[in-house]
Amino acid sequence: MKLILKKNIVPRILLVLGTAIFLSGCVNDQSKKKYNDTVDIPVNQEMTAELTSPPYVPTPIGKRMAKKLIVDMEIQERKGQLSDGVSYMYWTFGGTVPGSFIRTRVGDEIEFHLKNHPQNKLAHNIDLHAVNGPGGGAVSSLVAPGHETVFSFKVLNPGLYVYHCATAPVGMHIANGMYGLILVEPEGGLEPVDKEFYVMQGDFYTKGNYGDPGLQPFDMQKAINEDPDYVVFNGHVGSMVGDNALQVKVGETIRLFVGNAGPSLVSSFHIIGEIMDKVHVEGGSLVNKNVQTTLIPAGGATIIELKINAPGEYLMVDHSIFRAFNKGALAVIDAKGEKNDKVYKGKIQEGIYQPEGGAIQEMPLSNNEKEKSSEQAEILTKEQKIELGKNIFGSTCIACHQASGQGVPGAFPPLAKSDFLNADANRAIDIVMRGKTGEITVNGKKYNSVMTAQTLSNKDIANVLTYVYNSWGNNGTEVTEEMVKKVREKK
Amino acid sequence: MGFLAIASVAMAQNQEMTLVKKGKYTPLYGRDSVQVKVMSFLLDTIPVTKGKFLEFVKKNPKWQKSQVKTIFADDHYLSDWKDDTHLNPEAKQNEPVTNVSWFVAKDYCKCQGKRLPTIDEWEYAAMADKTTPDARKKESYNQYILDWYERPKIPHQQVGSTFKNYWGVYDLHGLVWEWTADFNSVMITSESRSGGQNKNLFCSAAAVGATDLMNYAAFMRYAFRSSVRGNYDVNNLGFRCAKDIKN
Repeated sequence: MKLILKKNIVPRILLVLGTAIFLSGCVNDQSKKKYNDTVDIPVNQEMTAELTSPPYVPTPIGKRMAKKLIVDMEIQERKGQLSDGVSYMYWTFGGTVPGSFIRTRVGDEIEFHLKNHPQNKLAHNIDLHAVNGPGGGAVSSLVAPGHETVFSFKVLNPGLYVYHCATAPVGMHIANGMYGLILVEPEGGLEPVDKEFYVMQGDFYTKGNYGDPGLQPFDMQKAINEDPDYVVFNGHVGSMVGDNALQVKVGETIRLFVGNAGPSLVSSFHIIGEIMDKVHVEGGSLVNKNVQTTLIPAGGATIIELKINAPGEYLMVDHSIFRAFNKGALAVIDAKGEKNDKVYKGKIQEGIYQPEGGAIQEMPLSNNEKEKSSEQAEILTKEQKIELGKNIFGSTCIACHQASGQGVPGAFPPLAKSDFLNADANRAIDIVMRGKTGEITVNGKKYNSVMTAQTLSNKDIANVLTYVYNSWGNNGTEVTEEMVKKVREKK
Repeated sequence: MGFLAIASVAMAQNQEMTLVKKGKYTPLYGRDSVQVKVMSFLLDTIPVTKGKFLEFVKKNPKWQKSQVKTIFADDHYLSDWKDDTHLNPEAKQNEPVTNVSWFVAKDYCKCQGKRLPTIDEWEYAAMADKTTPDARKKESYNQYILDWYERPKIPHQQVGSTFKNYWGVYDLHGLVWEWTADFNSVMITSESRSGGQNKNLFCSAAAVGATDLMNYAAFMRYAFRSSVRGNYDVNNLGFRCAKDIKN
């Protein structure tokens, strides 16, 4: 009985105490005062804003009061890697693409110091979508190389906002990397989570095609046609794969601040193998739940919250999917932790399913055409084989191995200067004919994926491999129908 | 390269001028309505060099970096020089002088019996490629300019190291930006997308077509000009002089 009595008393005491604290809070704490208009939120003290490079974000604002926040940002025009072997002259806010992440809270008064490095060639400015005022700050911020401009504004609306350069020609400044995100947290801050990351999509227009090596200049005609060669996260292909993948643990709560700079494309942002628990639609106050793919407009952003339930690699992609596998819009979240069979059992059985094969299918030929094609079955010169093989490559192999045989890092091995390929032509024939699963090492890098068997004729296999062996620095082997036939008969 | 270097030495010594014959052109602003008449004028074939400018400040101590008044030149004035009367050891006499203000550029030209070219004169002369007086519709011409705008600065690049254009003028594109007499008379406001007088600027940039492509390069020059003031001294901004033709 005594015990039961005590149990009843304790909560009551807590309740009384709680009420007392609550009341005193109301009377004494000015910070709890509500303002009908965020314009009226007063600021006290001054602090310098912490700025971070992607994929990291500054410390959450937590419970801090509104302040005068000094933002110090330097514009740098600098050369960087757009992809392996491809460099690009980036224009940047803070030296990275996207530019430094700015984290504020509602009511902060931002004093923005925009500096244009003396070695830069061009005039720049900044338009922050978080600004209520003409041009989003652009009117006040045009700055010549070697100069600094200072302007100030108060952030009134909570949300995640894009900033970008708005100097003519605006599209070119954005296309060259001049964009980033500014977060305005509500009073009291966003709900705490375990990990936060900064991801921003952008499209790039280069004189050469995807993968063409060397310093690639901006191509204005492609930009006007809205036909980008690269669509990437955080400024370059492979910015968040391999060692740079976003590292999380199973069960952690994760918040992604995702922006889309464009300049042209709208992003169908998707995480392969995960459902987004919460999406702050368009970076605003509307929260949607259980989302598979969320649309991020060019010049827009979104806040995504999720928890990863099973260990493994999760790909973030633009689900306009050719952009992911052929233009670079692919990043990895690497989740480490205990397996949870309830959530995901993993592979139960492994094999290749090939009802029709991966090759292009054709209508049956008429007799006329058959005659024609049998005429063509004459002995071909090496040059003719290469020519025909190139077409087969273009329709059958290019999606994974890419136009210049460079493959996709981490997913599809390269054929260009490939030690694996050049070591053994018969093995190559066998792989094209019968497919390949399991781990292989190509040029020192491990790949573990599946290549399906290709339903190609002996002649086609001979031609396409002859093309591959005589391209991109490979050893020039000529694969004959005879060789293919032998491999086919072996089994 | 050896030949070019020698050629440019010769030019630097004479500071040759060349005739740019009169004509009409449609500048970027008001492209639908206004054609601008440019009268014949003389233009320096190369930008003013560090060597020439050194002679000038030796004769005019008020323009030496320790003497200059801040209203006429800011802190970057000749910031790449060793001191008042010496270049940095690695600098060459034949590099274009940069980090100079509009005020000093204007005075320099005046002392030579010349003046700064107007925006219209400069743009008119700069429309030319090697073979034609107006190459703005050629893709190669535009790509050359844009490539340069994008390239990092090549240190110690000398005058005369880019192409000689139709009029016989070197380096209008590909070396440094250049001051013009009325650099701030055509304002691209820093909000280049806004309405008002500048509405056409942005709309034309957004449209498709060759004339718009050519404007891309010009836009950047106008934006640059709008971002500077008379006392600014920029690492990549030099000048050359022009002269009226006597009747």
